[in-house]
Amino acid sequence: MKFLSRKATCNSHGQDSSYFLGWQEYEKNAYDEITNPSGIIQMGLAENQLSFDLLESWMANNPDAAGFKRNGQSIFRELALFQDYHGLPEFKNALVQFMSQIRGNKVTFDPSKLVLTAGATSASETLIFCLANPGEAFLLPTPYYPGFDRDLKWRTEVEIVPIHCSSSNNFIVTKSALEDAYQRAHKRNLKVKGVVITNPSNPLGTTSTREELDLLLDFVQDKNIHLISDEIYSGTVFNSSPNKFISVAQVLKDRNLADNSELSKRVHILYSLSKDLGLPGFRVGALYSNDDTVVSAATKMSSFGLISSQTQYLLSCMLSDQKFTSHYIVENQKRLKNRYDKIVSGLRNAGIGVLPSDAGLFCYVDMRHLLSSNTFEAEMELWKKILYQVKLNISPGAACHCTEPGWFRVCFANMSEDTLSLALQRIKDFVDSTKPGDESRGSSRSSRHSSRSVMSLTKKWVLRLSSNGHEPER
Amino acid sequence: MAPIVEMINIIDDEESISSSTSDEVCLSNVANSDTHGENSPYFAGWKAYDENPYNEIDNPSGVIQMGLAENQVSFDLLEQGHAMASFMEEIRGGRAKFDPNRIVLTAGATAANELLTFILANPGDALLVPTPYYPGFDRDLRWRTGVQIVAIHCDSSNNFQVTTQALEDAYKRAQGKNMKVRGVLITNPSNPLGATIQRETLEEIFDFVTSKNIHLVSDEIYSGSVFSSSEFTSIAQVLQARDYKGADRVHIVYSLSKDLGLPGFRVGTIYSYNDKVVTTARRMSSFTLVSSQTQNLLASMLSDNEFTQNYIKTNRERLRRRYEMTIEGLRRAGIECLRGNAGLFCWMNMSPFLDDNTREGELALWNSMLHQVKLNISPGSSCHCSEPGWFRMCFANMSEQTLEVALKRIHDFIAQRRKD
Repeated sequence: MKFLSRKATCNSHGQDSSYFLGWQEYEKNAYDEITNPSGIIQMGLAENQLSFDLLESWMANNPDAAGFKRNGQSIFRELALFQDYHGLPEFKNALVQFMSQIRGNKVTFDPSKLVLTAGATSASETLIFCLANPGEAFLLPTPYYPGFDRDLKWRTEVEIVPIHCSSSNNFIVTKSALEDAYQRAHKRNLKVKGVVITNPSNPLGTTSTREELDLLLDFVQDKNIHLISDEIYSGTVFNSSPNKFISVAQVLKDRNLADNSELSKRVHILYSLSKDLGLPGFRVGALYSNDDTVVSAATKMSSFGLISSQTQYLLSCMLSDQKFTSHYIVENQKRLKNRYDKIVSGLRNAGIGVLPSDAGLFCYVDMRHLLSSNTFEAEMELWKKILYQVKLNISPGAACHCTEPGWFRVCFANMSEDTLSLALQRIKDFVDSTKPGDESRGSSRSSRHSSRSVMSLTKKWVLRLSSNGHEPER
Repeated sequence: MAPIVEMINIIDDEESISSSTSDEVCLSNVANSDTHGENSPYFAGWKAYDENPYNEIDNPSGVIQMGLAENQVSFDLLEQGHAMASFMEEIRGGRAKFDPNRIVLTAGATAANELLTFILANPGDALLVPTPYYPGFDRDLRWRTGVQIVAIHCDSSNNFQVTTQALEDAYKRAQGKNMKVRGVLITNPSNPLGATIQRETLEEIFDFVTSKNIHLVSDEIYSGSVFSSSEFTSIAQVLQARDYKGADRVHIVYSLSKDLGLPGFRVGTIYSYNDKVVTTARRMSSFTLVSSQTQNLLASMLSDNEFTQNYIKTNRERLRRRYEMTIEGLRRAGIECLRGNAGLFCWMNMSPFLDDNTREGELALWNSMLHQVKLNISPGSSCHCSEPGWFRMCFANMSEQTLEVALKRIHDFIAQRRKD
């Protein structure tokens, strides 16, 4: 008899993938401006480190929040004992309010439908435990966050069936792609319980269009299944045009559906403060559902991953300071936009285009023209070169289950501006050293990868960017 | 402030299970099941407390919470100003060494126990657990994991100590039901007994799991709540004495919820002598990490050796005094307790006062205690005790004055029953 469980000995934790291997290499040889200037720059970590000064100054001006005090009185004992899995009421109230603010106050959330968990990782797994049995399946548009392979499948024993999306339409989910995925699941004898989208998307950084959301809602209604919308990046939308980010909550509202309608009860939202506020260490996640049974079961399950009361209290103070949160949201968006513009223009200088996007802490970069062949082996080869020679850890599309080789997710918000400049310089140098005419590169490149095509591809992106309301390239 | 969880109405659960049709979008079996275990009196009592909590001034006739194993006697010590491993060593008086690399932090012992179960057993497999045991195990070990608990029956004839015979018997019962036994899970010091496991018993248990080639999980969450340090033997000591031979089947669970009285901060830990378990647990801990803000606070607190030594010593002393006060008060009321030496509660024998020496009789008495006497204590049946009449009474989660009120109420209740 095997000594440990199947879960312990299998590979479903997914941590053998390149996504994690890249991190390991980075850890062995991490870039440091002073002590290790030729080390690997981490661009595979979707963290928001741009706005800590705002948080730090708030903390300095509000010492009671981290000092276990309320109105100058110590509430240490109260917090130390507080383990109610319904969550600290003042925190939940502040959090739903913040979630509403992020959505331009177009929708409101009921705190009694919110379940707190130790991070979105815990929230997504918990939701799957509530919605599906082992062996059942969820459909996910590709490319998707590599962590889902672990979070949604590992201990739940649920399957993921990909909804194939392609760059030909900017990876937008289509009806036929949905139906195709559903049929594929059916052929494998998998019962489909729902669709999971990430909006804004990781790794794409794009926001779902209203048509997509309508399509998804109609689809889940027709198939009688669930829709999970992971909106963890909702506060990182840097495109300031109105209606750039539409939450599924808003679409439901616009359909004039009551909260207890059948469809509303099947739509569940995931959230966290790890990306918007840049606080992954504090483990603050949440799931939101109109289905009472889901809320009830998930609340009990949250026992396995409650948020520290100390942290709930600190954040309840911070998030109920609406003057602060309004300012933070706007300023954070500005800084993300600056970074995005910088990386897009730096990549363009190197003849590399990106998928036009409006949100997130990363961009989805098109390096298909740098592949030695249109294969995932070539993608892996390129990834390794970029990791070991160029010393940049970026995430290959294969790790995100992308169907087209050559796309990479590159993070831009987890480093200083100088480091980003250095990274962009390294990329340019690398691309320059591999231009056509360099004998060592090998010969099997089709003509569409010539430098002229790179320029016309780049022009296409520039046009797209302008038409999406971005500032014209400087 | 009412510190606990609100329990779901039993009726709602039944409805949700029976009403899901093929037309409705179904939820998982796990979501619809009862295995979260919250329908037991253990939790119903809390609900009654929540609805009518005792307060010295505002509600002197409310229900006194004695079903809550929390340690509130030593809070002031914490307001002064490291690492979990050295703290665990200190608690054991330096008699065991812990390697910090084998420590995996989780959001509470609740998470640690579930996580270990996911790692050590497959759905349908069994863990053997001595009765009576902490009611939360029914949820923590079984709910999402799909693992079964098979009881190792213990009784008062030998102070509820585990015997090799009882272990063998449980093992056979599991096999009889076609369940693969994956391990034994003990709580030392025991909840609800409030007593440490004797060294010889630990040796027997370790020999047993070795002979069956299964795991041993030792939940030592109350290790810092032993009234006299010398009376606690950790499984770590047993292993050390054997040069760690065969230690890779042993895993220890710990938490700061009981010893430091910080359940709200969600700080639990798994300590495993098995490298693969440590690696896997570390990966799985992604689902249940401790807030870095909290880790930071506790690292400084726990590495202040002067503080921790003083805290441990003073905490033990205060718990011992509370324990003495409690059993003395109970004795005066005519109630005997199991001789205890640890924990935040005592194990009372109320069988002489049952109308019926059955589980129903016990629940009837529990009902009276809750609704007439207004004391929330936990009936043994909710802890799966095989003998009716035993109750767990917590004494560390209230002021001394409130404890006196509680003891008086019991005294009067028993005196009244004697008259009737």
